[in-house]
Amino acid sequence: MQSRLHRVFTGCAFAFAAAVALTAAACGRSEEAPPPPAAVSNPVDPSTAGAITGLVKFEGTPPAAEPISMDSDPYCEKQPQNKTETVVVGEASGLQNVFVYVKDGLGDRVFPVPSTAVVLDQQGCRYVPHVLGIQVGQPLELRSSDNTLHNIHAVPQQNREFNRALQLAALKHTHTFSTKEVMVPFKCDVHKWMNAYVGVLDHPFYAVTAANGRFELKGLPPGTYTIEAWHEKLGTQTHMVTIGEKQTSDVAFNFKG
Amino acid sequence: MALRFYTRLVALSTAVLIFAGGLVTSTGSGLSVPDWPNTYGWFMFTFPLEKMVGGIRYEHSHRLIASTVGFLILVLALWLWRVEPRRWVRQLGYIALAAVITQGILGGITVLWYLPDPISIAHAGLAQIVFCLTAAIALFTSRSWANTASPAVDDSVLRKLTVVTTMWIYVQILIGAVMRHTDAGLAIPDFPLAFGHLIPPQWDPKIAVHFAHRVGALVASVLILATAGHVFYHHRRRGVLVRPSVLLLVLLAAQVTLGALTVLTARQYVINSLHVVTGASVLVTSLVLTLRAHKSRLGALAGGIAATSLGVGRVPPERGALEGGPAGPTRTGARA
Repeated sequence: MQSRLHRVFTGCAFAFAAAVALTAAACGRSEEAPPPPAAVSNPVDPSTAGAITGLVKFEGTPPAAEPISMDSDPYCEKQPQNKTETVVVGEASGLQNVFVYVKDGLGDRVFPVPSTAVVLDQQGCRYVPHVLGIQVGQPLELRSSDNTLHNIHAVPQQNREFNRALQLAALKHTHTFSTKEVMVPFKCDVHKWMNAYVGVLDHPFYAVTAANGRFELKGLPPGTYTIEAWHEKLGTQTHMVTIGEKQTSDVAFNFKG
Repeated sequence: MALRFYTRLVALSTAVLIFAGGLVTSTGSGLSVPDWPNTYGWFMFTFPLEKMVGGIRYEHSHRLIASTVGFLILVLALWLWRVEPRRWVRQLGYIALAAVITQGILGGITVLWYLPDPISIAHAGLAQIVFCLTAAIALFTSRSWANTASPAVDDSVLRKLTVVTTMWIYVQILIGAVMRHTDAGLAIPDFPLAFGHLIPPQWDPKIAVHFAHRVGALVASVLILATAGHVFYHHRRRGVLVRPSVLLLVLLAAQVTLGALTVLTARQYVINSLHVVTGASVLVTSLVLTLRAHKSRLGALAGGIAATSLGVGRVPPERGALEGGPAGPTRTGARA
């Protein structure tokens, strides 16, 4: 009987250890593939380049920005009142924080990767900016200007997830994305209301709409492009736009509330 | 006496730990501390209290409570090793210690790997096992277990019923853990109906998991009612069976209410966490009833081991060490 109980205990222990090991192995994450080699020079002839400009408007009654309760952190509570940034409508119904980019039409051109970093700051217990764009391989500088603890947690689908601690205002992390992805959500798990979105592309033709809803994509070679406008709540819209040499075309997007 | 009190304290602390873990998931704070075992670079126990803000409050508290429970279980295992004559009870202490260490590692892995569902669900499932182990140790070292004045229950129907009920409750908790960690808690937003129907008119994996949890709750309720009904009808004079049966019914009522409120309040985090710890309490109460229903069998099984350990050969079940409770002086030289 003793050996029977021993066998049961030993068997349970081995089964459990095996289950843990298998689960751990199954959940192990492989390293991301390195980004493709970047071009060293711009493949676009500046003498023929054109531009696409446009306006993103909100149709309907815009929802009022609601104040965010930040009382879970005494430091955040003392900061200027934050309001929801989900739908921000400015003058003449212009919709802010829309990521507009060339989705298709650039062919197999390879564009140089800027070495200057794009900054995503945690400031006043919010992400600044709320929406931004970056190229594959370009450094993204993650930093905090707040005198409280934040984490920076990216939850992409195509790129590798990461979660970094920012325990001091002076600390910075630099990250590069290896694959294009529209959009990569960012959050801070310490402060639930904090979020941001980063559009990662393999070319430089993207913009984020300003407070008046306007955007501009400069330096485009002549051609026909699919332009997509992405909004975190209202979804996406696309338009086909053709531009000739040194031509500027205008496009309008209307998101209904 | 001191050991009896201590085993209960350990079991209770494990329940507190499960509640704290429930708060972490209910508030979505699992990744608010990105590093492990450190906390934002600090050694866990030197992390400044004033920096416990937002989600860190829940995650870091959970880590501190988990460390405390781990230490309590370590002391329990050592204590049992020193004074407990029944080898299998000592082994339960070692298993509890191994389980809580594994649980801590799973907790660390799930943070470092950004809460992968299988690891998080395993973490939730093992938490229940740790609670069951500590509660079982508390039972086996209790005065009621040592009491040999009344003959042990010998009811094969009750034995089967309690085993099935306890196993089903554990399965139901695992389904709940899957629902919780796959963010399916509000996949069906109404209660008691599902999208206004008895059966959901539309399906996706989240709705399926959520609905499985509701059906599982129904089955668990029927099994608990059947078990309690059997006890009340056939063993109404046995307090050791009636008391956990009554408690089981009370906890079941509370658990169903909390489950409904979890949906109706859109997962209010305290209600949600109470639902988790009450579910664990239902499991442990059912386990206690199961073990008491199996006392005669366990006495026969483990009594032989204890007797062998004592070097006196096999003893009859009714005189087995299992029935004799924790030993004091007879412990000397008892280990094989």
